[in-house]
Amino acid sequence: MIRILHKTNINFVKLRYVFFAISGLVTLTGIASLAIKGVNLGLDFTGGTMMQVKFDKPVPIGAVRSALDAAKVEASIQSFEDENAFAIKVKGTQENVNQKADEIIGALKTIKDASFTEEKRDYVGPVVGRDLAKKALFAIILSMFGIIVYVAFRFSNPVWGTAGVIGLLHDVFVALTAMSLTNREIDLVIVAAFLTIAGYSINDTIVIFDRMRENMRNFPKMPLAELINLSVNETLSRTIITTMTVFITVLVLFLFGGSAINNFAFCMLIGTVTGVYSTVALCTPMVYQWERRSHK
Amino acid sequence: MNKLHWKIGAILGLLILSFWLLYPTVEWYTKTPDERAKLEAVRMRPKRILNLGLDLRGGTHLLLELDVEKLGKKEQLNDAMSRAIEIIRNRIDQYGVGETPISRQGERWISVDLPGISNTEEAENLIGKTALLEFRLVNTSEAAQAVVSKAENMDGSPFNKDGSLIPEIAKMMPKNTILCKAAAGEEGDRARYYVLDATVPVTGAYLESARVETDRQFGTPSIGFTFNKEGGRLFDQFTGANVGKYLAIVLDGVVHSAPVIKTRISGGSGVIEGQFTMQEARDLAIVLRAGALPAPVNIIEKRVVGPGLGEDSIRKGLRASLAAFLLVVLFMIVYYKGGGFIADVALALNFVFLIAAMSYFNATLTLPGIAGMILSLAMAIDANVLILERMREEMGLGKPVAMVVPMGYDKAWSAILDSNVTTWIASIFLFQFGSGPVKGFAVTLTIGLLIGMFTSVFVTRAIYEFWLTSNPKELSI
Repeated sequence: MIRILHKTNINFVKLRYVFFAISGLVTLTGIASLAIKGVNLGLDFTGGTMMQVKFDKPVPIGAVRSALDAAKVEASIQSFEDENAFAIKVKGTQENVNQKADEIIGALKTIKDASFTEEKRDYVGPVVGRDLAKKALFAIILSMFGIIVYVAFRFSNPVWGTAGVIGLLHDVFVALTAMSLTNREIDLVIVAAFLTIAGYSINDTIVIFDRMRENMRNFPKMPLAELINLSVNETLSRTIITTMTVFITVLVLFLFGGSAINNFAFCMLIGTVTGVYSTVALCTPMVYQWERRSHK
Repeated sequence: MNKLHWKIGAILGLLILSFWLLYPTVEWYTKTPDERAKLEAVRMRPKRILNLGLDLRGGTHLLLELDVEKLGKKEQLNDAMSRAIEIIRNRIDQYGVGETPISRQGERWISVDLPGISNTEEAENLIGKTALLEFRLVNTSEAAQAVVSKAENMDGSPFNKDGSLIPEIAKMMPKNTILCKAAAGEEGDRARYYVLDATVPVTGAYLESARVETDRQFGTPSIGFTFNKEGGRLFDQFTGANVGKYLAIVLDGVVHSAPVIKTRISGGSGVIEGQFTMQEARDLAIVLRAGALPAPVNIIEKRVVGPGLGEDSIRKGLRASLAAFLLVVLFMIVYYKGGGFIADVALALNFVFLIAAMSYFNATLTLPGIAGMILSLAMAIDANVLILERMREEMGLGKPVAMVVPMGYDKAWSAILDSNVTTWIASIFLFQFGSGPVKGFAVTLTIGLLIGMFTSVFVTRAIYEFWLTSNPKELSI
């Protein structure tokens, strides 16, 4: 039998203040980053026009920039160098569907000795952007709420449900922080990634809670700290293996999946790591912290 | 036959059913693109197959908003919306695009997908025209002529941005009349205007057909139309009562021509002349045939994926997914040996069932959809890891093999159920994103989780039980 982990006996409960400190630090970093850098909201939410064009030969990004400047188009330009392709974005309220795109095309046509083809074009009107943002927010809030209710119902203990959801919020927040720090764009697909991270995080937590519930039945006299440590250690090899399979999958998508799903894969990559961390090092010690206090 | 036979039978039955459901999809996508295009054009596309989303096959997604403020007062929103959808469908059908999903979204939005089309200017023109054809009398009173000369000699436009008249002009207008712009003539001409009667005796709603006609002498295109019976009668009465007056032919609020009515026109047909190009005339004939929209529509969202990008992203995404899939499969066999192999068999079945189910529901596969699929497969693997770890624990306690399997499943079940349901809760709220890539993610994840629970618990257990009937003492995990 191959084993990644033999019987472990790590005292997670004792280490809890270290973990709380780490998470506090990460959260502070996140708050600072969000306050200073903010998030790079995608076209889906801000509205605007995006065009991706591919040139038939290498064109320096400076040429594209100056062509757009000459046409007085204020845009952000992202270059995909190995493909001679550029993504040109003009965010903000635009009432007219093709106007900005036509301006961009006009500007790019002034670049000499290179012709281009249009690969992708997005236009999101102001109403749609607001609507999508609203829906995304609803989706996140409602699903969190649904999860709290379900967990509270299954474990008939609001403290556990709350601990699980705090872990989940922590993970989504860390993913958000990572997106903000790396200046990656948050669009609808990333919202889907956030929800997946949420689902995954709570999934991990539940497996351990499930074991705690079982051990409580089997060893009713065991002190809470010992019980929690036992449960986390017993499930640790499963936690690591599962996370590893997901991590490998997402890593491959991140490295080789192409530009279209790169941000999604990045977000998930962060999410899987923090998902395990929050389960093992946050949620269960948190349960200990609260339960102990209420028993005093 | 015992219980186990029933289980194995059910699994094999489902597998056969899946292959049967998959057959149309496989057959469709092994055809050459030309063959597919030909079949689509004649509406021979099979119903129950897996569709590729616009991000994978290239194409255009448009979201239209019905301008409700310009809707007639009596008209119900729901009626207007379904009529608008019907008419847009008719117009696109005449354009010959093949399968184009058109659906209502929310209160007053219409989503139109145009697969395979990335140059959408023509399609946009076709969809965006209201095509409201009206026949009105030109008001030639002195007051009206004063308005016209004032409007034509002004520097700005006589209209405000919202389409109402500026006060200066509005107070000069004779009773029960409206001001209309004339279709643009040659370049450099000043804008021209007409004052028309407010009542509309005949509209395009009475049209039976419209077609492009070309002038024999100059070859300039015009649009010939024929009224239906009632329209013909109305037109006959109207022209009969107004011989000698000018008849304005107004399309979407613009006067295209205003010939004098020489005699009563019976027979119910006529011609719209104007400065059309051949393409414009053809588009006009199409929209007139399809009927007028109840109110103008505006494009509020447009997403175009060129055919090249679609192919590229599908290739990369698929290759990466396949590699990840193989890595996981390999890992399971190396780590859990026989147990890992059984989990892999379940995973393969999961994949087949999932694609078959999606084909049956005529679902659309998008790039995020593939991601959702991978995640659901990962969840299925997780369930098996949970079970296998439990079995190992039970084995470690020295329990006999015959007990290890049921104990492993029983103890892992509550964790599997709870974890799947919570992920499912998260995914189900994504369904509200009416269409597009995110919904694709929600669909594959939701279906995938359900099927994953079945294959990773029910199917693997049946395999273990089957194995144990002939080898009751051996278990390789």
